Amino acid sequence: MQLLNVQPLNIAAGEALNPLIPHTAEIIVGFIAFALLFLVLKSKVVPMFEKAYEARTNAIEGGMERAEKAQLEAERALSQYTEQLSKAREEAQTLREEARVQGASIVEELRAKAQEEAARITAAAHASIEAERQQAITSLRNEVGALAVELASKIVGEALDDQARQSRIVDRFLDDLEKSK
Amino acid sequence: MLAFVRSSAEGEGFVPPSANDFVLPPIFESVTWFTKPILLAFLSVAIISVFFILSSRKAATVPSKLQFAGESVYGFIRDGLAKDVLGPEFMRFVPYLFTLFTFVLVNNWFGIVPMLQFPTFSRVGFAYALAIITYLVYHFVGVKRQGLGHYLKGIAFMPGVPKPIYVLLTPIELATFFVVRPFTLGLRLFANMFAGHLLLLVFILGGEHLAQGVLGLKLVSPFAFTMGIALTFFEFMVQCLQAYIFTLLTALYIAGSLADEH
Repeated sequence: MQLLNVQPLNIAAGEALNPLIPHTAEIIVGFIAFALLFLVLKSKVVPMFEKAYEARTNAIEGGMERAEKAQLEAERALSQYTEQLSKAREEAQTLREEARVQGASIVEELRAKAQEEAARITAAAHASIEAERQQAITSLRNEVGALAVELASKIVGEALDDQARQSRIVDRFLDDLEKSK
Repeated sequence: MLAFVRSSAEGEGFVPPSANDFVLPPIFESVTWFTKPILLAFLSVAIISVFFILSSRKAATVPSKLQFAGESVYGFIRDGLAKDVLGPEFMRFVPYLFTLFTFVLVNNWFGIVPMLQFPTFSRVGFAYALAIITYLVYHFVGVKRQGLGHYLKGIAFMPGVPKPIYVLLTPIELATFFVVRPFTLGLRLFANMFAGHLLLLVFILGGEHLAQGVLGLKLVSPFAFTMGIALTFFEFMVQCLQAYIFTLLTALYIAGSLADEH
């Protein structure tokens, strides 16, 4: 009950106590209470907090070490990949170059072949045309001659029966024909 | 017992609170030395011990809220005060400074904790006890570190000062180290708590008295109570500050004794 009583004793008026004079009991209790608390905190609390600090420091340092390791690993992998990549690029470049050369040679070959073939076909066509023309000319000449003779003999009658004369006249006629062309 | 309780209803007019209000009766009438501030001092030891033992028990790398709270206070003294002031040897003094800070802080807080509402250090005996401990510690550290002769010489004859000045300086320095420091250390804490508690008494008892007066006075009473509440917050600040100052000064004194030349 007294503990809860915030209001103090009513000491006879006028009798003021000097608040600077300590009570011996309070000094002694001050020492004892402080010593007790000191012992408890020093033996139970401070070591535990220090332990937590140390564990944390270790955890952080360990984490940093791991991170460093991982970074080294990553750097190594990166350089490896870069090297592989450049190698692959080089290889691709060589392959492309080869393919280009090969392609060019193939095209050249095909073109030559085609030209040859074309020339051959053209020559054959020329030849056959020439032959047909000759044939046509020959047959035409014969036919025209016969027709002309027939016509002439019809016109002139039997006067021109003689074979030699006949052909001479026809030749002369044809020559004249060509000249007048 | 009720006769001891002052009642404003006595009708004898307002008796302003005085230094006598800090003299509390024994809790058990047969044990005269066991008063409320003495009980509070032991209560603080129990509270602080339980709180920090519970919060530090697991010492986990990832702290719980409780551990974080305890660690914050510990770290505040360890890294924020001891490490900065004492340099590389700070760890030796951390338990002492940590105890000092928490002990003073909690006992100061008792001044505004409802139902307790009495700052232990408004009884000068407790403040003297802590000042004496600090006094012994820093002299002990100084003598142990520098040797008795060298330590005393360092105090009495500060190096790097022209000789005639010693006539003035030596008495001042000796008085500072052996008389003034422990008194100012203890009295600063005591006086702050004493004055703070007295101030709260004035406004709260005054407000109570006004509330029982005539109508006009009744209207003024809420202002007195409001002021009392505002001052309670102010007191909280003073209580924290004084706990910190006491610890900081102790650390500075120890640092002075550790240094070869202060």
